[in-house]
Amino acid sequence: MNEDGRLKFAPPLPTYEEPPPGHVSGSRLERVLRHGKFAVTAELNPPDSADPADVFEAARPLAEVADAINATDASGANCHMSSIGICALLTRAGYGTIYQISCRDRNRIAIQGDVLGAAAMGVRNVLCLTGDGVGVGDQPGARPVFDLDSLSLLRTIRTMRDEGMFLSGRRITRPPRMFLGAAENPCVPPLDWRPERLAKKVEAGADFIQTNYIFDVPVFERFMARVRDLGLEGRVFILAGVGPLASAKAARWMRTNVPGIHIPDAVIKRMEKAANPTEEGKRLCIELIQQIREIRGVAGVHVMAYRREHQVSEIIAESGVLQARVPQRSRAPNTESKVV
Amino acid sequence: MYRTRLFAIRHARAFEWLYKRFETVMVALDPLFVRIGYDRVERLVAAVERVTKGLVFDCRMCGQCVLSSTGMSCPMNCPKQLRNGPCGGVRPGGFCEVNPEMRCVWVLAWEGAARMKDGGKIRDVQPPVDRSLDGSSSWLRVTREKAARLPDRSDAPRTAIARAFADARAHEPAVAPLAPEPASAVRSGEKR
Repeated sequence: MNEDGRLKFAPPLPTYEEPPPGHVSGSRLERVLRHGKFAVTAELNPPDSADPADVFEAARPLAEVADAINATDASGANCHMSSIGICALLTRAGYGTIYQISCRDRNRIAIQGDVLGAAAMGVRNVLCLTGDGVGVGDQPGARPVFDLDSLSLLRTIRTMRDEGMFLSGRRITRPPRMFLGAAENPCVPPLDWRPERLAKKVEAGADFIQTNYIFDVPVFERFMARVRDLGLEGRVFILAGVGPLASAKAARWMRTNVPGIHIPDAVIKRMEKAANPTEEGKRLCIELIQQIREIRGVAGVHVMAYRREHQVSEIIAESGVLQARVPQRSRAPNTESKVV
Repeated sequence: MYRTRLFAIRHARAFEWLYKRFETVMVALDPLFVRIGYDRVERLVAAVERVTKGLVFDCRMCGQCVLSSTGMSCPMNCPKQLRNGPCGGVRPGGFCEVNPEMRCVWVLAWEGAARMKDGGKIRDVQPPVDRSLDGSSSWLRVTREKAARLPDRSDAPRTAIARAFADARAHEPAVAPLAPEPASAVRSGEKR
């Protein structure tokens, strides 16, 4: 200790930055979207390891093209490194991150505390999810929590951010400045009610939406037309979910084993016929991105390339959506805000 | 029972009408409940509610009934107990992600709501369930809320939820109640 009571060698304290006017969080993702740029986000496959090097290794192929990296929260109810841990590491290193919260594993007390913790570590985007049931994961004997659902979670964090209080009414001295995200799944039943539920999520507090995989463009187009009819254009940023398929077999496996994935037969047929399935999966993904970006109301894409992360930068580069924009490069460590 | 549940959703409009009449009668009975004491009637009414609603809706006695806002499909039957569903895992044909042989509670809810006169209430964002009210009578809670000449209360924990979910409370006051809870209604599920 020094005479003034501070620890010697203490690292500089990170400061809590308030968002610029017209922004709720000031995150890079929010800035890109509010500037009307076509945004790219990508999903990180979290390591089964305690080594931070593994996190940076997983982030590396995504960082050059993504405005923000999603750190999944035990997706598919499988245990991996926590989303908050990954976000803390990556945010400190200057990457834009999206902290995913699933309602499956934690109750309202834990979640509200984690939101403050994440905000203190510089995380500025959060994705509110219900979460897959525990039965599909690697530990089906776990107790499912589901104290909140994705909508009450959105409203809870919005209350924390905008009213400066916990759901209990207790005051928060520095509210968490979060850009609030939610998921939607436009291609699974009930198709007629999916746009209505999206409207409900916006009502609950969603600033942006990341959809599940879109392999069926006509269904997605109908969804977006209804979203526009409901007057949601301009009220929420919608990022369409895409990803490369590895093979017809993998596509079939996903369709039957991962909850909420719709892949039309025509897509699987095309993968079957391909001489080089890996290349075909990539081509298909690029074509989907190019078709999706033409749909009115789509603000960006969310790339989920599970175990095909190495293809992400090629896919985005070849799709041409960035138009020479360079999203991530860690400039100033400790802040994720300086770059647009 | 699954089959009576499906019946209730098919006839959501009739049940909506029936419940509205019933609610009017209950609210009219408020002075009587006050005279006897809500604390005293709680156990009896909760028992009746458990049997009747259990039979028709597979009611789980969450104590914060939203059937009128969910197409007469009880959300507590959703394996994830979503109060704002459906989730993204609905299977082809509208079947549940977790129990594939059951139709999704929330697909049914939206279908039921489409049949109802005030089905639009399904668009309200519902607050999380207050687990301390498990097993208590939602009927009495609604009656208290609707009859209450509520003074401005500064009971912070409860007003925060009521404010954050104001739309839902306007239609379903039991989901974010403000009237004082009788002792017999709190944690009655655990005492049983």
